[in-house]
Amino acid sequence: MKVKKAVILWLLVVLALLAGALLAGVSGRTETVQQTMRDAVLHDVNRISLLGLKEVNPGLISAFAVTAVLLLAAACIRLFVIPRFQYIPGKLQLVLEEAVGLFDNMAKGSSPHRFGFLNAYIFAVGAFIFVGTLFELLGLQGITVHGHPITLPAPLSDVNAAIALGTLSYLVILSGGIAGNGIRGVKKTLKEFSLPISMSFRLFGALLSGLLVTELVYYYVSLSFVLPVVVGVLFTLLHAVIQTYVLTMLVSMYYGEVSEPEPPKQRRKKRKKTRGAET
Amino acid sequence: MPLNIDWQQILLHWMNLAILAGGLYFLLCKPVKQFMDKREEYYRQLDREANEKLAEAQRVKAEYQEKMEGAEEEIHQTRAKIQQAAQQSAQEQLTQAQAQAKQIVDRARTEAEHSRERALKESQRELRRLAAEATRRLALQEDPFDQFLDLAERGEDDEE
Repeated sequence: MKVKKAVILWLLVVLALLAGALLAGVSGRTETVQQTMRDAVLHDVNRISLLGLKEVNPGLISAFAVTAVLLLAAACIRLFVIPRFQYIPGKLQLVLEEAVGLFDNMAKGSSPHRFGFLNAYIFAVGAFIFVGTLFELLGLQGITVHGHPITLPAPLSDVNAAIALGTLSYLVILSGGIAGNGIRGVKKTLKEFSLPISMSFRLFGALLSGLLVTELVYYYVSLSFVLPVVVGVLFTLLHAVIQTYVLTMLVSMYYGEVSEPEPPKQRRKKRKKTRGAET
Repeated sequence: MPLNIDWQQILLHWMNLAILAGGLYFLLCKPVKQFMDKREEYYRQLDREANEKLAEAQRVKAEYQEKMEGAEEEIHQTRAKIQQAAQQSAQEQLTQAQAQAKQIVDRARTEAEHSRERALKESQRELRRLAAEATRRLALQEDPFDQFLDLAERGEDDEE
């Protein structure tokens, strides 16, 4: 009986929401779908003022918001959760330890000889990409310089953010090469000259494609009945996990590769000589 | 710039990422790792202590086992010694008893010999006394020869 009542109540709520959505209709759009999609790529129309200093892409505001949220959460965790850590962990402690341990193990596994800085970097970048990708689900609103409301997008759907992350990751890899092998490490890193471009545009492409498809589908309310919103949410979640894993794994791998100390050449020559003598 | 690339915004993103990396490292990553290391060290210490205790227990066990084996050997030896002593004691007692028995038998034999000699002497003395008596009576009575014969006959009957 209770189950039946619950099902009936649920159906009534769904029908009421549907009726409300259909009756409310679509608010007046300020731009067409073409303009929306063009702006999602180029960000040349809907810009936001950064404290009155400069007009910036909404992605930068999103990035600042994500950083603020992450740092606030980290500060709260540092103050209220970490001092209460137990040797037998609770649920939240387990999640935190898993998150830290995941990137720590990734750094140690990919670059066992030098992983301290790498660990800190991939932890931050992983958290940024994951939370940044999910950030678009919140649908926070910003006001453009033209006075129109705009939904803040995922930070990495902005090409500047993707380029910044790609180039910064490349610089981190370069720093690992210098720290591990000096000039030889620089040469090794420079051989992978396509890395900043590929990392930047992989992120930009992946995030932007998600954004464009979402814009395209949900521009029309009726299409949300064809592809339910929950599917979009699930795809965004999957997307966040995949992009986080891909970038952190790539950075770890290249960092480990370029910072791996090589054996001195003299030893190699000696070995060759001894082998020759043996044969 | 093509694609609306703005270097100033890229630098702002770098600054944002640098702040985030530093903040997350000092606020979250480092303390959690420190705690995990501390816990790992605690359990490693526990493991080390447990191993030490186990080793100590095994050493004590081996020691006691060795002692037990020694004690069994000692018991065996003591038992053998006691058995030997008991046998020796029994043998001594037997020898002593045999000696005593021999003494008793010798004494009894000597005494029997003495008794026989004494009885013989007494019987001879009795015979002599009887003979003297008979002689005296014969001497005092009518026919001493007949009396002698009578007495002699009586004496033979008595001896039978």
